[in-house]
Amino acid sequence: MPSFILGRLVSLVLSLIAASIVIFLVLEVVPGDPAQFMLGLNATPEATAALRTALGLDGPLLERYFTWVLGLLHGDFGISYTYKVPVSGLIADRIWISLPLAIYALALSTLIAFPVGILAAVRRNSATDVGIMGATQVGLAVPNFWFAMLLVLLFSITLRWFSAGGFPGWQDPLLALKALTLPAVALALPQASILARVMRSSLLDTLGEDYIRSARAKGLSQGQTLWRHALRNALIPVLTIIGLQFSFLLAGAIIIENVFFLPGLGRLVFQGITSRDLIVVKSVVMLLVFAVILVTFLVDITYALVDPRLRRATR
Amino acid sequence: MRRSLVVLALAGALAMTTAMTPAFAQARTDVKVGLVLEPPSLDPTAEAAAAVDEVLYANVFEGLTRIIADGSVVPALAKSWEISEDGLTYTFHLVEGAKFHDGTDFNADDVKFSLDRINAEGSLNAQKALYASIASVEVVDPATVKLTLKQPDGNLIYNLAWGDAVIVAPESADANKTNPIGTGPFSFKDRVEGDSITLEKNQAYWGTPVALEGATFKFIADPTAAFAALQAGDVDTFPNFPAPETVAQFQNDPRFRVVIGSTEGETILTMNNGKAPLDNVKVREAIAHAIDRQAIIDGAMFGYGTPIGTFLSPANPDYIDLTAQSNYDPEKSKALLAEAGVTDLTLSLKLPPVEGYARRGGEIIASQLAAVGIKTEVTNLEWAQWLSEVFTDKNYDLTIISHTEPNDIGIFARDGYYFQYNNADFKQIIADLAVTADPAKRSELTKAAEKNLADNYAVGFLFELAKVGVENAKLKGMWDNAPTQATDLTGVSWEE
Repeated sequence: MPSFILGRLVSLVLSLIAASIVIFLVLEVVPGDPAQFMLGLNATPEATAALRTALGLDGPLLERYFTWVLGLLHGDFGISYTYKVPVSGLIADRIWISLPLAIYALALSTLIAFPVGILAAVRRNSATDVGIMGATQVGLAVPNFWFAMLLVLLFSITLRWFSAGGFPGWQDPLLALKALTLPAVALALPQASILARVMRSSLLDTLGEDYIRSARAKGLSQGQTLWRHALRNALIPVLTIIGLQFSFLLAGAIIIENVFFLPGLGRLVFQGITSRDLIVVKSVVMLLVFAVILVTFLVDITYALVDPRLRRATR
Repeated sequence: MRRSLVVLALAGALAMTTAMTPAFAQARTDVKVGLVLEPPSLDPTAEAAAAVDEVLYANVFEGLTRIIADGSVVPALAKSWEISEDGLTYTFHLVEGAKFHDGTDFNADDVKFSLDRINAEGSLNAQKALYASIASVEVVDPATVKLTLKQPDGNLIYNLAWGDAVIVAPESADANKTNPIGTGPFSFKDRVEGDSITLEKNQAYWGTPVALEGATFKFIADPTAAFAALQAGDVDTFPNFPAPETVAQFQNDPRFRVVIGSTEGETILTMNNGKAPLDNVKVREAIAHAIDRQAIIDGAMFGYGTPIGTFLSPANPDYIDLTAQSNYDPEKSKALLAEAGVTDLTLSLKLPPVEGYARRGGEIIASQLAAVGIKTEVTNLEWAQWLSEVFTDKNYDLTIISHTEPNDIGIFARDGYYFQYNNADFKQIIADLAVTADPAKRSELTKAAEKNLADNYAVGFLFELAKVGVENAKLKGMWDNAPTQATDLTGVSWEE
């Protein structure tokens, strides 16, 4: 086991190094000069050159790469070209929107998907099942930004229950949760549809297994079999999907963040790219890569804990 | 125990309802303004972005002079000034008793510091070129400053009113990027990057106090979200509303008022004068006649915009209507192309990321050019790409862009500017204009400059951007027009 973990750790570090090189180089070749962008159409070439020096954009490639990586290792993400504040502060602010939003959306989608998926599996081929499958098909097909606009039209403009967007900050947690509710619902719908379908098919697979029949033969009721045996085993693929969805929700909520003008991580990257605030883009993308690699690492470890065969195989 | 709980709950409920019901008959004292673009940092002397002035100009920062709603320049931190006979010495008399938001006094030293800082070596001021005529700044006494110029500069008083020349204090100048300290009627309170900026009333303001107690600027880039935010009451006004297609809906709603005003945004089809065959005036003239301005205004701007025939805002008293000179005449266009001996012409049309005039307008222009036999290769660029390919490297034939700085006709005289206009007569006119202070002569020269650009078909002149503002019907005192990029809240209040 320790050597397995060690092996995974080495691969984690190598992936991070490779990612940092790719991210750095890609942003190097992106066209557009941040200094020119910031000073606009009337700036003199001297002012632009002065700004380029001030931003540290004119050193040799290798030197700038190591400055950046060493900074990251110290927790120093650099100073944003546009906002002129530390990038770490920007990330810290926005992660308090993106992370809660992702968790909120995931919680909602799980709360919807589990009962619905289980119901569909248990009532297989009934009208309920067909209805649920149809509804999830629609849920998958509806683009979440369009669904978000419908939510705004109904709950913000017509009913005026929620504001149409923005984020008031966490000073008042209830207000903050309220502001995240419509975006979370919009994000949760397609996720819940996927999850419900996976739940259903995974449960159907497990329900067909021999040990389920044995459990029933032992005298357990259908409900007991479901709870004690089938559900537990059916959860493994579902949890994998949830893990994937979480990374997606953390970084991929960008369109929803635009619809609700929420200052989240996704929009930070998007604005960073368009305004050539490359230091922000570099650091946030690196952080997201780190998060995804870390989650994969943890999942690997968990699999190994659950399934001893995996430990031996990797050795 | 039980009863006290009930009482407590009732009291709580009561408190909540009171907090939630708007106070009766009492006018609101805060305003929530929606803006499309967010300022990068908050120092107007180090940023070109219009969004910085849209939040801070006149509200937080003040210059010696300022531009007001009708576009004229009035005294601000300088209550009066004298100009010497030869036009080389400007003596400014400053207001007394003004204080910066951090409590330090405003005086002549701050003026000297601010103006010297613009022209210092390594200065990051985006409009540095506007203040190049200043040779020295001298503190006569704490309330008097004397500027000595290298040559007479007829634009100086106007240029000093730009956001780029606001007065800052040596103690706080470096931190203005994140914590702006000015002398204005509002002080900076808080910023949530990516979301909003909050200002509050400066209780120690030297001039007429403002009616509002506070103001919040919310940044909403998405047009649909902007529409929803107004409808839901999340913002009270959108001075530059990004969704013109929905304006009719607001016009029919008594809760809102729609204000169509003018801006300083000359929208042009820029032609690269330095590149064959666009260096041939006949070809440029042919392109100008191929363009149907009204079709672009209707098709790309939902009808909002005023056709222009030269590079000046129709709101400017010196504006002359030269649109007839480049009227829509495809037959003439074809004849001119034949005369120039140009056949089978293909031009690149590189468009910046502006949905309305550039992207929608670009499609219309491409089809209008196709009608006279000019093919276009349309490329959609993002801003940073546009700046490097078109603006810096001049690697383009045509582009569509709105130049939104006020009174900026002089850019056609710049060497190496991306128009590559290089017209000796025009350069002379602008040089004369710079050293002329007499209003009548200035007007004459400005008109000569306008005619020169129209006669030489320097670029395709399309239309002046309209300012489409939507605001709460009870809000008073917002600017109708945009003579400079600002959201001046100093005269804003609520109807009771």
